[in-house]
Formats: sequence, structure tokens, C-alpha cells
Amino acid sequence: MIKYRVNKTKHVDQTKTVSFDFDGKSYHGFDGDTLASALLSNGVHLVGRSFKYHRPRGIMSSGSEEPNAICQINENTDLTEPNVRATEIELYEGLKASSQNCWPSVNFDIGGINNFISPFIPAGFYYKTFMWPKNFWKKIYEPLIRWSAGLGKSPTKPDPELYDHKHVHCDVLIIGGGISGIIASKIASKNNLKTILIEDKNILGGSTIFQKNENYKINNKYSGEWIDEEIAELKKLDNLTIKTRTSLAAYHSYNYLLAKENISDHLPLDKRNGDIRQRLWKIRADKVIVATGAIERPLVFNNNDRPGIMLANSVKKYLDFYGVSCGFNNVIFTNNDSAYETAVSLKEKGISVEIIDIRKKSNSKIVKNAEKLGVKIYWNSTVVNTFGHRKINSIEIMNLSEDGSNIVGDKNKINCDCLAVSGGWTPMVHMHTQSGGKLDFRENDQTFIPTEIDENHINVGSCNGDFELEEIINNTNKKVKNFLKVSETEFDNTSVLNSKELDKRNIWLLPNYISEGKCKSFIDFQNDSTAKDIKLALREGFKSIEHVKRYTTTGMATDQGKLSNMHALGIIADTAGVKMGTLGTTTFRPPFTPLTFGSIVGRSVGKFFDIIRKTSIHEWHSQNNAKFENVGQWKRPWYYPVNDEGLHDAVQRESKAARDSAGILDASTLGKIDIQGTDSSEFLNRVYTNAWSKLGIGKCRYGLMLNEDGMVYDDGVTTRLGENHYLMTTTTGGAANVLSKLEDYLQTEWPELDVYLTSVTDHYSTASICGPNSKKILTKIFPDKDFSDEAFPHMSYQNAKIDEINCRIMRISFTGELSYEINIESKYGKSLWEKCIEVGKEFKITPYGTETMHLLRAEKGFIIVGQDTDGTMTPIDLQMDWIVSKKKYDFIGKRSLYRSDTIREDRKQLVGLLTDDPNEVLEEGAQIVSDINKKPIEMIGHVTSSYFSPNLNKSIALAVVKSGKKMNGQKLIVPMENKKINVIVSDTVFLDKENKRINA
Amino acid sequence: MFLINCPYCGERDQSEFSCGGEAHIVRPKQPTELSDDQWAEYLFMRKNIKGIQFERWNHAHGCRKWFNMVRDTSNDKIYAVYKMGEKSPIE
Ligand SMILES: [Zn+2]
Repeated sequence: MIKYRVNKTKHVDQTKTVSFDFDGKSYHGFDGDTLASALLSNGVHLVGRSFKYHRPRGIMSSGSEEPNAICQINENTDLTEPNVRATEIELYEGLKASSQNCWPSVNFDIGGINNFISPFIPAGFYYKTFMWPKNFWKKIYEPLIRWSAGLGKSPTKPDPELYDHKHVHCDVLIIGGGISGIIASKIASKNNLKTILIEDKNILGGSTIFQKNENYKINNKYSGEWIDEEIAELKKLDNLTIKTRTSLAAYHSYNYLLAKENISDHLPLDKRNGDIRQRLWKIRADKVIVATGAIERPLVFNNNDRPGIMLANSVKKYLDFYGVSCGFNNVIFTNNDSAYETAVSLKEKGISVEIIDIRKKSNSKIVKNAEKLGVKIYWNSTVVNTFGHRKINSIEIMNLSEDGSNIVGDKNKINCDCLAVSGGWTPMVHMHTQSGGKLDFRENDQTFIPTEIDENHINVGSCNGDFELEEIINNTNKKVKNFLKVSETEFDNTSVLNSKELDKRNIWLLPNYISEGKCKSFIDFQNDSTAKDIKLALREGFKSIEHVKRYTTTGMATDQGKLSNMHALGIIADTAGVKMGTLGTTTFRPPFTPLTFGSIVGRSVGKFFDIIRKTSIHEWHSQNNAKFENVGQWKRPWYYPVNDEGLHDAVQRESKAARDSAGILDASTLGKIDIQGTDSSEFLNRVYTNAWSKLGIGKCRYGLMLNEDGMVYDDGVTTRLGENHYLMTTTTGGAANVLSKLEDYLQTEWPELDVYLTSVTDHYSTASICGPNSKKILTKIFPDKDFSDEAFPHMSYQNAKIDEINCRIMRISFTGELSYEINIESKYGKSLWEKCIEVGKEFKITPYGTETMHLLRAEKGFIIVGQDTDGTMTPIDLQMDWIVSKKKYDFIGKRSLYRSDTIREDRKQLVGLLTDDPNEVLEEGAQIVSDINKKPIEMIGHVTSSYFSPNLNKSIALAVVKSGKKMNGQKLIVPMENKKINVIVSDTVFLDKENKRINA
Repeated sequence: MFLINCPYCGERDQSEFSCGGEAHIVRPKQPTELSDDQWAEYLFMRKNIKGIQFERWNHAHGCRKWFNMVRDTSNDKIYAVYKMGEKSPIE
């Protein structure tokens, strides 16, 4: 067996073996490996299939930019996770990982047939091909695409782990623990600033940590050694918090940032113990220093996607950090000096390497170093083809023409088992742009670099376009000093030695002897889009980068185009003949790397998902078998089934009892607003449609509240408790909004009014007792009180006492029955309720829920705002003209009631509906038509409330119908799936039109 | 997420506030005198500016006071906050 682990490093402990499974096969790696480095140490490059053509793909990088090595981990457990990058996951004992996007196996892949039909899968394929015929979509295309594409599987069981949120404030936040982040952290924390440093890897040091080259020295030490010492010192600093395994997800305005800390993802499953898995940090930083580094660019040439084709710096990292050689017969393909460091490192370990450089020459120190070691360099050359199915085995190269636009001379074949490519570097400007920062284009190395935007945020190091060691150290030091207003630092006189890159040449799409249409030059490896696709999109008329991106899907995979965006832009610029800097870039949106749902949701799961509001009587309802209904955040009793009653039977029984004897409802959830102040009456005049000045003290009145557009907003009964004191009730769902609206008007439009509003919804519990026997029950509860109609008429209120406890009794009715509402401080709510039940026993008092309440009020034609109205109904539409004052000069919404649109006669208006068959109950929401034969059928309205009334022994409904006011007695049709229901328009009041029961 | 300086409470997270749209739209004192068009102008027409915009904000999960804000909608820079009834410090 070939031994790929060729080098001992301090980052991987080769005495600690870790076993793991990949695609069902067992392997060994070591403590300190990533899944990717462990696979490579076993010679495994082929790890997946591409999305569209199912081409074999291998590990390409060593970080978050990885497009190919995307795995499903721990499949068939409740901790399974899709789309995990093998380059980021730390190896642990028992890890089970498998390739995604390939069936039945990575080596034999049926979807690979797409590769052979690929001439028929051009850009926009999904948009073009699957459009027709229409009925093919659901049964054929969609299942086909889903089956063949599949990006991993979601877990099917609840997530057993905990996720946490943490809010922190700091003076300085530094993103990225590479060399520039370390310098910045040291300066910040040594100057008494509370500093946080976050780093997504498990150790600090970035790519400097594995540098050991004569040409890169700091203060006469290898840069890797120098940084080791810096890190050791850093860890001793008091006011610095270092968070490793923590990746920045989002950089919002005003320096508000989200970072995800992985706490237990690197532990074996049996060591996780149900503790916190991930923590989302919500950081508000006074100042932010971004030091996120740069990503190496690939090169775009024919068949540039075979397993074994990797980024040059990653090849070096696998060798020098993990001790793994990705090949023994390496070729490096580059347009810049940085790849020579990889060559030198390989050669120094005695591993074969050759270099193909598209430049004509380079005389830098590192190039000379490679030449001295005997590395063969092919100048002015390009790779034109690659070979090898499951792994690369050879390449073809040719010379470039003088201007680089074409190839010249003969093909030359070179054998290799690893092709390390480098197309230069792209600063990671994602964080900068997410925060609102803009970019400048730098011609000389074709990079977008940040333009500084504000005094509280800077970029340092290679994410700022400083690629050479000397620049990085000196510029970082200088910028951080300015930023933090520090006059001197320990880095002021650092001596830096580095090789300087002098010769640059960039070709976004390398030329070939094969015609463009036949080249597979991949730009986006995960989404399988090629240079040809980009050019096709341009030919088809797409110009904006945002459109080309969506049409070709370039940059839209889980890696969000980290490797592909620059090449796409470059090829568009070249093809369209415009300057790249003028194209702009696509928008970088959070999250930078995918977040788990768990980390977003944190602890707000299960019963903590939303607030649950319960009345003080809730416990009694539960004990008495109530079924509950959610009304906003409230739990309200819906109905109280006896024995095995269903909803219908329970509601029929409750409704009958309420009209025949007595019913009791928990009305505590209605919104209650206490209104005080000398202008309270005037205020009510302005917010309700009817008049309030003449309401006597101790009297109650129903009010309708509109929006300024004239549409009904809320309703409820308001009681005058004193000269300057009212108690307003609102609908349960509308309480908070009504209070906000009233406060808004008071503070902004009418600040001159002397009015004070207090929400007292939670302060009082309300028991509403109705029915012909309600007066007798009240008399038993309050024996000293005179409940005669003369002493206590309908729509009035009185204070009363139960023992020593104060109550308010309102004689108001939402059912049409004789009815009283008793308000008491919430802490006594349950005792009051129990007393009512106890006293009411002899009258068979029946608790009823919201469903019965709805039925009873519908029998009387009372509306429910939000059920019979939907924000498009005026009081006139509701046939409630009587409540709109003609005399008042103004109230909210008055002017809108006679706009040209609101006075239209053919608006939808509230009517009653009776079915021809009294047993047929209409469906709420059902459409209503008048002429079923006229095509297209015009829908003239819909059913808003519908019930079977036990008191009338027939079906009743409320509906809104165009010009409904004029239709009384007219026949209409409610067409359903299998039948047509004949209905007759009626009055909205079905029961007791004379209002006799209210004083029964 | 903005950091908003409530004129009554000081700096708080945006999550404590709600935005009430364009500021300085005064409810007409005599709505009945207005034509449909004039009333519609008050009721529906909003500028929705890209750039410097005057907005109403409410410290809903705090002091519940309404106040005004001058904000550049293109970069979310807040230039000023001031109490209801006060003149904007920025024209
Ligand atoms: Zn406040």
C-alpha cells in the first residue's frame, strides 16, 4: 500500500489513530486530521459527483471554499447532516461520512449518463427544456430532477441537541486569526481594549503557521516560528477573548455581527452528552477589524475538474500541516509566484514536481529557489487537456502565443497524479460588502479590494489586497494604529524578508486547440457551469452579472461562488470587451458559510417557540375537559365536550343551554384599555364612529373603530366609569394593535389632548354569564344588589363586592340574551368562576367556548372583526350605518367613507344566507355566484360565517356579496366540488329581531 | 441591525423599535373640506426615497414613545433623532 503520510508535523498527532467510515469503507486517520486530509492520506481523491453531469470530483481545497467534497455525515442517526465540507470537518472516532449526489455509488454512477448527453444540457437548460408540455412537470420532470440531483438528506427525527444564543459587547472584534488578525488582536488588547478574536479553524495562525522557507522570515526567524511565539503571547493577554471553531455568519449594519461557535461538532457522538452543540454569538462591536484572508483561484481550462486537480496552496497545506502528500508525481500549473512555495516544499521532501507557468519568466527569489532545487519549469505554457477517469493520470500542455489569446506549437504530454493549480488570489471581501462596504478594482492583479467606508471598520491583511508578507505586517500595523489611535506598537520595527513577485499575467479562460463548444472548462464546480455556458448566456442577451449568474446558476451552489465568481466576471468582461472593474460584482449575502437551523433558532423550540398566554381560569378549563383554541397567543376554551362528544354535538348542546337557561364564558382575553384624563370623551369621539360625549356615567356603549381609510379596524364595548374615566374593550386579537394605534394618535396628531392610556387586559378576569336565568344567578352571587331592569338596565355598569373583593358588573350582551359580565382582579378570577359554577348549578349553568360564542352571535347577526371583515369592509358595507355619526365633524376614517370608491353601490356587503335545504351547512370561505351558466363565472362574494343553529333548527350563514344590500330574497348559488347549493339572501339577524330576549 | 438612539432612553437595538413610515405627514385639520384627490394625497402618497428620508419610529419594546429619525436609506446611516413636535436638526 502506498504511504501518502510522508511528513511528521506538530499539528497532527500520529500516535493517536482515529478510525472512520467513508462510503461504507473503514479507514484510519490521526488526531488533528480533517476528514479531507484523512481521506487523502488514504489515497482517496474521488469523493463525489457533480450536480448536473455527475462527473467524478475530488477534494480540491482545504477550507470553506470547497466545492466538491460535500458529504452527508452520520447518516441514519438523528444527528445526520447534509452538505458538510470534508475540508472543514475535524476527524473524530466513529465518524461516518458518505458522498452526496451519486447513486448507486461514487464509482458507478447512473447519473453520469448526463455527461454523455451534456451537449443537450446548456445554460438555462432547466428553464428551457422543462417548460413543455405542462403536464409533464409534476409527474416526470420534477421527480426526475429531484431524484438525480439531490443535495443530501435532511434529518427526519427531531434534533436532540441544544443550541445557544449569546449577546456580547466589545471594543474591538477581530475576524480571522491569521497573521494580520493576530497582529491586530495584540495591538488592541495591549491597549486596554476589550477585544474578541474569532477564528473558524481549531487553531490560530492561518497559513503562516506551516511556513518554513528561507525566503520568508520575520525578525530573522521562519515566519511559522515567529507566529508560534506570537500566539503563545497572545494567549496570556487578559482582555482578549479568543474563540476558535467560530465562524462569522453575518456582518450587519452598526457593527452587529453573528458568529457561530462549534462546541461539540468535533467530538465523537458518544461524547456529546446532550450538551450545547453550537452557540450563536450576537456581537455588537465598537470597532471591527476584518482579517479574513484570501482564497486561491483555480484556473479555467479544458477538463479542469478531475479528481487530483487541486489548489496549489491546499496541496502545500496537506503536506506541511497534515503531513500528507496528495501525489508523488506532481505538476503545478500557475500564473503567479505563490505556487512555487508548494513546489519548493514538495521538492525539499524529495517529492517529484514540475511547473507549468503561463508567464514568460519570473526572476523572484522563490522562483530562483525552485530552479536551484532542480524543478523543471515550462514557461509561457498552458494545460490544454487532462486525462484519467477517477483520478488524473496525465495532461497535455502547449505554448501560449505572444498575447496569450491562442496556443502555438506542439502538444506535449506529461504524466502526473496530482495537478496543483493557482490562478492568483481573491481577497475575501464578503464581510466587508455585507456590512455595506464598496469595492475598487485593482488592474495589476485583477482583484476587487475594499474601499474603506467608515471610522468603525477596517480590513487588514490579504482580505485587503496585501499579499506579500512585508505588506501584510507593515500595513496591518499602520492601519490598526491609526484605527485604534495608538502611537507605537511592538511591530513598528519588525524586519521582514520575503520574495517579491514582479511578473504578472492573468488569462481568465485559457486558450485551447479544441473548439470552445467541445471544451469542458469548469467555472462553478459544484453547479457544473462552464465557460461555454457563460458565453451562451451572453449571446442570448444576458448582460448583468446578476442575470448571467442566475441563468447559468454560476455561484449559486452551497459554496456561493467562492471559487467561481471572479472567473465568471472575467470571462464576461473579456467576451463583452469591457473592463472588469465596470461590471460590479454579485451581492454577497449572509450567511458566509451555511448555518444550522438549530443555531438560528437557539432555545426557542417546543414550548419556548412562542409565548403562551393563559387566563387565570385556565386550570379550571383544563380540569373540565376543555378543548383549546389559539387566539393570537391566548389559549381559549373552544368547547367543553361531555363524554365522547365531538365539536358539533358539544356546540349544539352548549348553544341550546345558553339560550334555554344559562351559559358562562371566560371573556378575560378581550383587550382592556383604561382611559383617563379630562379629554377622554373627546378622544373617544375622535377614535370611534359614534358619539360619546353624552354617554352617562355608569353606562356602556358599543363602538366601531375604523382605519383612516374607512375600513373597520376593531370593535368593542366601552364603559364610562367616571366623568374622566373609561374602560375600553377590544377584540382579543386586536388588543395590542389598538393600544399602539391610540398611542400613536395621542402622541403625534393630538398631543394637546389630556388622555392617559393603560393596558389592563391582564389585570382583570371576566366571567360572562348569559341566558334567561342569568339574572337569578347574579342575584345569588350578589344578594344585596337590585338587578331589576329599572335599577340595572341593559348597557349599564355597577360596582359590587363578593365578600371584600371589588368587582365591576357590566350588563352587556354579545349573544342577544340577558347577559352580565363580571370583572374582577385576575388573582380572584378562578374563585369567581368557581362561585358562578357553584351557584349556577341549580340552573344547569353550562360553560361554553369560542365556537358556541361565535354561533350565538351569528344567530343575532353580530359581526366578528377579522372573520366577517377583512380590511376592505366599511361600516356601510356591513349595513351598520346606524353606528356612524352624521353629526360629528370628524373621526378616524370619516372622510374616507365618501371617497368615490367607498360609496360605490356594488361593493361587497354583509348579508345573511339561508340554504334551501335547512340541514345543509355552507363552508366558510365558499364562493358565491348568481349565474352559473355565464362563462367565465363571476364570483360575487364569499361565505364569512356559517353554522347549524340548534335554536332555529336550521343552517344560517353570513356572507359578503356584491350589491348584497339590494338582494334580500334573491336566489344565489354556492358551487362546491360535487354539488351546487341553492341559497336565499336574507336579513343578517336570524333570531329575535325585536331584541326581546335582552330584557327577558 | 441598527443601533438607535431613542431620544428618551438612549442607544438600543433595532429589535426594540418599529418603524412607522414617512414622517411629517400631518393629518388634515378639516378633512371634510378636502377633495377626494387631496384626501388621497394624505392617505396614500408616500415618497419612499433612496437617500435621506425622514421617518417615524416607535420605541415599542421600551418607552413606547414615537420620535422622528433622519436616515439615509441607501446606507442606513442615521443622521439624527428628535422628538415629536421638534424641528428636524437637518434640513
Ligand atoms: Zn425609548
